[in-house]
Amino acid sequence: MFSVLDTRPVAPGVTRLEIAAPRVARFWKPGQFVIVRVDGEGERIPLTVVDADPAAGHITLIVQAVGYTTRRLSQVPTGGEIADVVGPLGRPSEIEAFGHVAVVGGGVGTAVAFPTARALQGAGNRVTVIVGARTAAHVILADEIRDAGCDLIVATEDGSAGVKGLVTGPLEELIEADIVDRVIAAGPIPMMRAVAETTRSGAIPTMVSLNPIMVDGTGMCGGCRVRVGGEMKFACVDGPDFDAHLVDFDGLARRNRTYLEFERAALEADMPMAAR
Amino acid sequence: MKELSTRERMQIPRQAMPVRDPAERRRDFEEVALGLTPELAEREAMRCILCKRPPCIEGCPVRVRIDQFIPLVASGDLAGAARMLAEDNALPAVCGRVCPQETQCEELCVLGRKGLPVAIGALERYVADWAREHGAGRQAPTAPTGHRIAVVGAGPAGLTCASDLARLGHEVTIFEALHEPGGVLAYGIPRFRLPRDIVGAEIRALTDLGVEIVTDAVIGMAESIDDLLAGGYDAVFVGVGAGLPRFLDVPGEDLVGVYSANEFLTRVNLMKAHQAGAATPVIDLDGARVAVFGGGNTAVDAARTAVRLGAAEVAMLYRRTRAEMPARAEEVEHALEEGVLLTEQVAPVELTGTDGRLEGVRLLRMEQGEPDESGRRRPVEIPGSEFDLPIDLAVVAIGNAPNPILRRTTADLEHTKWGTLVADPDTGETRKPGVWAGGDIVTGGATVILAMGAGRRAAQAIHRHLTAKNDLEAG
Ligand SMILES: Cc1cc2nc3c(=O)[nH]c(=O)nc-3n(C[C@H](O)[C@H](O)[C@H](O)COP(=O)(O)OP(=O)(O)OC[C@H]3O[C@@H](n4cnc5c(N)ncnc54)[C@H](O)[C@@H]3O)c2cc1C
Ligand SMILES: Cc1cc2nc3c(=O)[nH]c(=O)nc-3n(C[C@H](O)[C@H](O)[C@H](O)COP(=O)(O)OP(=O)(O)OC[C@H]3O[C@@H](n4cnc5c(N)ncnc54)[C@H](O)[C@@H]3O)c2cc1C
Ligand code: SF4
Ligand code: SF4
Ligand code: FES
Repeated sequence: MFSVLDTRPVAPGVTRLEIAAPRVARFWKPGQFVIVRVDGEGERIPLTVVDADPAAGHITLIVQAVGYTTRRLSQVPTGGEIADVVGPLGRPSEIEAFGHVAVVGGGVGTAVAFPTARALQGAGNRVTVIVGARTAAHVILADEIRDAGCDLIVATEDGSAGVKGLVTGPLEELIEADIVDRVIAAGPIPMMRAVAETTRSGAIPTMVSLNPIMVDGTGMCGGCRVRVGGEMKFACVDGPDFDAHLVDFDGLARRNRTYLEFERAALEADMPMAAR
Repeated sequence: MKELSTRERMQIPRQAMPVRDPAERRRDFEEVALGLTPELAEREAMRCILCKRPPCIEGCPVRVRIDQFIPLVASGDLAGAARMLAEDNALPAVCGRVCPQETQCEELCVLGRKGLPVAIGALERYVADWAREHGAGRQAPTAPTGHRIAVVGAGPAGLTCASDLARLGHEVTIFEALHEPGGVLAYGIPRFRLPRDIVGAEIRALTDLGVEIVTDAVIGMAESIDDLLAGGYDAVFVGVGAGLPRFLDVPGEDLVGVYSANEFLTRVNLMKAHQAGAATPVIDLDGARVAVFGGGNTAVDAARTAVRLGAAEVAMLYRRTRAEMPARAEEVEHALEEGVLLTEQVAPVELTGTDGRLEGVRLLRMEQGEPDESGRRRPVEIPGSEFDLPIDLAVVAIGNAPNPILRRTTADLEHTKWGTLVADPDTGETRKPGVWAGGDIVTGGATVILAMGAGRRAAQAIHRHLTAKNDLEAG
């Protein structure tokens, strides 16, 4: 069992959890994730580690309640317990001195991209983080991004904070006005695809953090397979970061919809698989 | 009980294990084979002619004292038989169910030369089940040696290595990546062949011996092997199995509805997708048409699982002929009884679908060509023989490659070009000091009992190494 030390909402439907997971905290590097099982009957879901304190043995997760399991996890109170936290999993993000890096986070993808942005800033890069969100209330980690020394650009769909529109607007402007040596994006699949298209013509090296459905997270099941440059890759052991210009986003989007009907039914009945 | 002559013993026919009716068992996940009754077991045990130099033992990788435990069954001393079995085999109820006995111990049984061998596996299962139900055959820990050993992977290889080392008085910690120990026994082999409470009980016997099992620990991602050696472990045994599933390498493999056997079986076995309300589903198989690619135990297990999940039609599609299938003959037989169809000599060329969902497979007929390295005749395509089969689910069961995690994270572990670990077949010693290895990670996909044999030999080698070290330090 893993103790939840703190649970707090950070945006509508988005919750930050601090969990005692000493093994993960000790070995985690930015870009890596954990697999969490809320209780003994639960499914295994992947979540990025946003921050870790190796000395205290704590990790931070930020989870958006999109379905049954993420909702259950969001509801575990401070002082509660979760059955399993295994990790760190996946390859760490490449952290090098690239020059000027634009990091794009869409929605809860900001939580996925943030640790990499901070590490890149720490490695001597200039980092501009573009955060996309529905409204001002959905913007997460703004203070942390600024505190890490990164430049912050916010884009909201309704214009309630920052510029109005999608993240690709400010990204295009940035590329036009400034030298961008590398782009990193995490968020909904359509957003990552749009970022990839934005940087393709200028051939700016672009990495995306993919979010396929996973079971074990250790290379055993092949459920997380994605096509990258026509080759089959397992996101849990070969990724989750891949070259955005080579990723088959359509295939990923289709595979992530595999269990949609089950999930809808489960959510409606507040039971994992009430459809059966 | 009167003493039987060899002649009389040899006249007793082999006793068949009762199995459930196919029509009934094909819709549930309860165990198929029911085990011997006391009468059947005693009668079967009396068939053993108690060879002076029993060849059967040579066929058992963990060297179960077959010639000694079987007479104890014949004489009704089940407690004695259980004690002996527990000393020789850390997972007797598992082996009694899933060992390919016909190519191990039973293949060498002298009775097999003229008739049918003694049903050693069935008797082993009988004793182990009796022991579990009667709380017999428990092992007691011995005086601690002060040595600490880390075992990586809680599959049959790791569990056996841990059990042997613990019984020699060493302090053993097993690190397991998943949330449950057992390896393939937990996520691969279906419960209708290997009920999970039986695996659980045999693993409990291990923790009763003092073995600590740490789940949710992926060595190489968290601690490295070097961290373990530096952190107070005197030796490390690596039994991480063969994980990474192979795919067909044909177009359409990313369609929704195409699973690796590992994923399909893990969702059902480990994550309980067969239960109403389970959180980790497989796509709805009610009335579905299912194709399973492959001819091994894994393919058969996937096919039989699909039947039980309500599929209307399940076909195993195999490149060669039934005689060449690596799966155990008994399991193939059981599968066919349950309505699984076997289509021989076909190979997929493309998986097809619309809107990203699988709808069919295009197959090519094969014929037998020249023998290949394995001595089996190579399947050769018959040009122009393409035909289409409508399917809703495809399960790819064509084997696994070794898991890459340790290979990538431990620089000085030597690997073959196939990615398996290099280890001495007699001792499990690797080229890295302090590290032993065994099971599927060394041999590639093999069997439970071969993995256990490797775990046992490594335990002995580790013990010798640590004892020699003690002597050196003392002397
Ligand atoms: C490497 C990795 C890191 C991730 N990091 C985070 C994170 O830090 N915070 C966070 O909130 N989420 C993260 N995700 C996504 C998260 O795993 C999914 O949201 C979660 O599995 C959904 O589970 P559920 O039961 O709540 O929803 P479900 O009921 O299973 O699904 C609800 C919806 O989400 C889609 N979906 C299902 N599984 C996934 C998945 N694995 N990824 C994306 N969409 C999915 C479904 O198609 C459906 O539309 C990450 C995913 C990966 C692979
Ligand atoms: C579906 C199926 C059916 C089978 N049926 C039979 C049968 O009937 N009879 C038979 O004899 N054999 C059968 N086999 C083969 C047999 O199960 C294997 O040969 C055997 O389990 C190998 O044992 P192992 O200990 O080497 O590895 P595994 O059983 O694979 O166990 C390895 C363990 O190590 C863990 N692990 C992996 N990497 C790490 C890491 N980095 N850190 C920590 N832990 C890690 C894994 O999670 C796993 O639990 C079957 C196999 C399958 C897949
Ligand atoms: S463990 Fe397997 S090989 Fe050994 S005696 Fe038992 S059934 Fe035979
Ligand atoms: S070879 Fe057959 S008959 Fe001889 S001891 Fe072994 S089981 Fe008994
Ligand atoms: S999640 Fe199973 S192989 Fe990646």
